[in-house]
Amino acid sequence: MDLAFFSVQLLNGLQYGLLLFLIASGLTLIFGIMGIINLAHGAMYMIGAYLVYDLTLRLGNFWLAMLAAIPIAIVLGLIIERLFLDTLYKRDHLYQVLLTFGLILVLNEAQRIIWGGDVHRVAVPAPFDASIQLTDNLQYSVYRLFVMGVCLALAGVIYWVMRHTRLGIIIRAGAANRDMVEGLGINVRTLFTLIFSVGVALTAFAGMIAAPLTSIAPGMGDSILITCFVVVVIGGIGSIKGAFWGAIIIGMATTFGAVLIPSLASMVIYLIMAAVLLVKPRGLFA
Amino acid sequence: MLHRYPKRVAYIMLVLTALVAAFPLWGEAVFGNQANFMLEKLTLMLILALFAMSLDLLVGIVGLVSLGHALFFGLGAYTLALASPDFSPASMWWMLPLVMGVSACVGLIVGVLVIRTKGIFFIMTTLAFGQMLYYFISTSPLAGGTDGVFIMFRPSLTIGETSLVNLDNPYSFFYFCLGMLLIGFLFLRWLTRSYFGQVLDGIHDNEHRMQALGYATSGYKLVAFVIAGVMAAIAGMLAAMQYGFANPAQLGWHTSGEVLMMLILGGMGTIFGPILGAFAYEILLYIYEHATTHWPILMGLTIIIAVLVLPRGIAGLIIAPPWRSKRQTEPGTASEHGKAQVALSAKPTPQRKES
Repeated sequence: MDLAFFSVQLLNGLQYGLLLFLIASGLTLIFGIMGIINLAHGAMYMIGAYLVYDLTLRLGNFWLAMLAAIPIAIVLGLIIERLFLDTLYKRDHLYQVLLTFGLILVLNEAQRIIWGGDVHRVAVPAPFDASIQLTDNLQYSVYRLFVMGVCLALAGVIYWVMRHTRLGIIIRAGAANRDMVEGLGINVRTLFTLIFSVGVALTAFAGMIAAPLTSIAPGMGDSILITCFVVVVIGGIGSIKGAFWGAIIIGMATTFGAVLIPSLASMVIYLIMAAVLLVKPRGLFA
Repeated sequence: MLHRYPKRVAYIMLVLTALVAAFPLWGEAVFGNQANFMLEKLTLMLILALFAMSLDLLVGIVGLVSLGHALFFGLGAYTLALASPDFSPASMWWMLPLVMGVSACVGLIVGVLVIRTKGIFFIMTTLAFGQMLYYFISTSPLAGGTDGVFIMFRPSLTIGETSLVNLDNPYSFFYFCLGMLLIGFLFLRWLTRSYFGQVLDGIHDNEHRMQALGYATSGYKLVAFVIAGVMAAIAGMLAAMQYGFANPAQLGWHTSGEVLMMLILGGMGTIFGPILGAFAYEILLYIYEHATTHWPILMGLTIIIAVLVLPRGIAGLIIAPPWRSKRQTEPGTASEHGKAQVALSAKPTPQRKES
């Protein structure tokens, strides 16, 4: 493996990892603060991708489609939280698993009814549909670099909100001791709705910006959900920092695993998870 | 756990068992030329009931919510498919111990890792390990990849030269599965009432207290995990015999989700509930599949509604019918109600009497 090839893989791994971070951060926030295990998280990623595909066809512009799709995703998150999750906060994880599994069935089938079972693609949008020349025969897509930049910027925003704002303090306190925060007069109910909507919006957004890079297919949410579970287990539940490093580790492992040990590529991330569980059963950053 | 149920539970279960066992007598009269198809469906329900019951040991009795139980179901199926000789039937006398041995070993390895985690972590790690085997099998050329493996001959159950049960005959196989389910049920009933089961019950209630009392709770949980895995693998083996193939879908997490649905539909922690749940799930599936091609929507809504209004499942309805209790039990209080009963049964009663 020469240097140019290596750096392309490095960039790919980084880009995949950063994308995973967007999804996993929503997942870990919802776990950490609301105590809810949301299996339908991956379905929201899929819906984000399909929304942007559909709206790009209708509006003729990827960026407009994204602008229109984000509010739709947020409203969908709000509806799910108010309608279904509201009753589940005080109940066992088993019921959350089952209810959100039921949601997956409904959302996956709704996708099939609305958009059918075909695989779709979205063209890489206008200013970024170029590639830069790395060496004579290797080039790198500008859009991938753009995705990386956006993900990093969002990671920065999340970090800033969590560390330096009043909201961040409340969220972190809520993750540590929910009852105490409630006792101090914070409206936890509103906080939950906010967190869930933000988490869902982050996932759907990840689906949207990933749409030009992947094939948009039924069931695309399921595999990403499980990968994100691995990320969260490695990083530690409720930890944004853990989600970040976990996502980078998994992104790199997936990319380099596929190149270096193709026969075991699909297992690499699980082997890493097993190793982490052996050493630190609560995750690296918990 | 509710060890003592009203008498009607036993009556209802006995009547249902008799009804199922007598299917060959009344099946043709009711279903006409569809009777053979229905017999196959019924056999599958018995197998799935065994599968759901094995999960109940983990979820209902110990309180460990596993979302990777299909790992063992698929493992049983693949062990059978890969160990069967191509041109002659395998013998059940070594196939069954092989399936149990393989699943026990895998259960031990996975169990050691996942038992270290709790709550949400346990759910996610069991799911991830299930998917690990799923990807391993579906990408491995040894196991036929995504196509799965066909089983040319069902194993035979013979003593010397004489056939004990002809498993190729759908009726004999039906009774064989019914027998396995009954054995599984009696085993779990015995297990939950034994000293070991009492400790599991205690862990479900308050693990810290059990630890403070000097119980090595991890060991107990690990053994329960392995036992549940072995039972699920036996169910998987029977399912592979029924289908005639082992398929990666049997390992996938949707299968794990479905078996959890059977558990919630039937009522967890009751051992007999999951049997009802498996039947209810398969009957609903049959109805929905015939009603619309978009049946997953109906199934999804059913499970959402079941979680919201019927958290204790069909078994809960039988044990404490809402029209009998004076206090109106709504979903929120229903689980509280259940908790109270659990707490009552966890009182320091003399254990010898129960076992």
